Amino acid sequence: MTVQLDARPPVAPAPGNQRQSSGRLSRFDTRFSPYLYIAPFFLLFAVFGVYPLAYTFWVSLHDWDLLGTDHPFVGAENYTRLLADVDFWHALVNTLGIFVISTVPQLLAALWLANLLNRGLRARTGWRMAVLVPNVTSTAAVAIVFGVLFGREFGMVNWLLDLVGLDAIEWKSNRFASWVAISAMVDWRWTGYNALILLAAMQAIPRDLYEAAAIDGANRARQFWSVTVPLLKPTIIFCAIIATIGGLQLFTEPRMFHSGTNPIRGGPLRESQTLTMYMFENAFAPHYNFGYGSAVAWLLFALIAIVAAVNVLVLRRLGGGPGPRKGAAR
Amino acid sequence: MSRLWRASPLTYLALVFAAGLSIFPIWWMFVVASRSSDAMGQLPPPITPGGNLGANISRLFDNTDAYFLTGLINSVIVATTVTVSVVFFSSLAGFAFAKLRFRGRNALLLVIIATMMVPTQLGVIPLYLLMTRLHWNDRLPAVIVPVLVTGFGVFMMRQYAGQAISDELIEAARMDGCGTARIWWHVVLPALRPAAAVLGLLTFMTTWNDFLWPYAVLNDPANPTVQLSLRALSDGYYQDMSQVFTGTAIATLPLLLVFVLFGRQIIGGIMEGAVKA
Repeated sequence: MTVQLDARPPVAPAPGNQRQSSGRLSRFDTRFSPYLYIAPFFLLFAVFGVYPLAYTFWVSLHDWDLLGTDHPFVGAENYTRLLADVDFWHALVNTLGIFVISTVPQLLAALWLANLLNRGLRARTGWRMAVLVPNVTSTAAVAIVFGVLFGREFGMVNWLLDLVGLDAIEWKSNRFASWVAISAMVDWRWTGYNALILLAAMQAIPRDLYEAAAIDGANRARQFWSVTVPLLKPTIIFCAIIATIGGLQLFTEPRMFHSGTNPIRGGPLRESQTLTMYMFENAFAPHYNFGYGSAVAWLLFALIAIVAAVNVLVLRRLGGGPGPRKGAAR
Repeated sequence: MSRLWRASPLTYLALVFAAGLSIFPIWWMFVVASRSSDAMGQLPPPITPGGNLGANISRLFDNTDAYFLTGLINSVIVATTVTVSVVFFSSLAGFAFAKLRFRGRNALLLVIIATMMVPTQLGVIPLYLLMTRLHWNDRLPAVIVPVLVTGFGVFMMRQYAGQAISDELIEAARMDGCGTARIWWHVVLPALRPAAAVLGLLTFMTTWNDFLWPYAVLNDPANPTVQLSLRALSDGYYQDMSQVFTGTAIATLPLLLVFVLFGRQIIGGIMEGAVKA
């Protein structure tokens, strides 16, 4: 029986009859109603979560497209074909490239921004809202706007470059430049969000640690790197993992950055086609090759798991250096 | 505030710079939306609004490729339904996980946390095949039903219920003869209101913004969500950028409105969640 019932303080018994029936009812209630309450999630998850997950793997072992009526089992053929597919590797490099170019500056900028916000500011909420507002905008809408800002002839970015005497950059047809433009879009959306998460963690650091560091002669910069950053490590790892899961799945930004014919390719020569776009191109319009697309999906999942694990290892190692915090953090 | 934490003029300068970068693309979106289409070819680019917004809006709604009005209505239907449902079911399940004891509780909670880690992309293809079998392709249930309750929502409500509701309160209600359902309605739900509001706001914004799955499953151009209308506008053969930008501005406006009204709560929700994470 549940602990709650056992823990009840003894009460005067209510009149016999009525208590009997309501007691049985309430026992039934406490025992089974929790399952009733969580059932909707698990039901929905079973149908639209677990089943598709397992089924993706099943489909990936078949030659399965929209038109064919039978789907012959082909074993690992989709996977072996994929590993020899130049466009797949191209998309993989694009995805990793955009991921690195966007994530590293994003986390550094977020740290800097959080440090700015962690001061006695006038209009505190106003500043926080200002840095968070990109995060609440429509991704597709903003990608269109950035596509124009990074336009070749009349884009504002090239106009600014021209003002300071630099050459215009082909933001859409140069592979590396398109990575940078898309990273700018990603960072614009996520830096403020990460800054607020880091800010919350900064505010949880006890003030006397800083006072102790100041007495030991550490200046502001030293305090930041020797007290703040080490204590933020768990939060930084959290942000890095969230950025990994999101960054490696990038779709809407690069997809909407391009327009014209076949934008799902991310540019005429697949300059910025990500893995998710490649999966989409194969699984849906124009190819509708579900088996092949599913193989891409599974390799993408494996990639995310690997990169997230590497993230944790690297960040643990980086932050594990000696410092005053070990004793102070007690 | 101790002297360690004073903000210098330099701090404000840096913040003005950061805030400017944040706000400018949104501002510029509204600028172009309010000008005629030749604004796009002007250098230096215009940065103040013009008087063409009304004309752009009527051209946008007349555009026969974008089905913008349908998209807007569909998005309102989808986002509202999903929001109400997610808040309802998540607060039920969150309450059960935080305050009721039952066999397998911790294991099931772990399952929920694990579901939050799995990328949605992984399931898109079978989900599409499933929708084909259900004959839901091109129809709104396809984008509503799979997200009627989310692992994130359940987890968030569970975290909040754990700290906001005292066991004594529930015990007292039980002593008064309340069944679990009545306890949820009369005791738990009122106490969960702040978290429910944040969850509702986040869910509304996420659903309104959703792109990949609607793009995959809603292939009928005449029945889009607003994000798909934007795609149609942007991929159009002939691009009238002030019209496209009017579309992006209208699609962003509800989100900005929500943010201006409830920004404080959203920020609170993000920062509180962070401390626990």
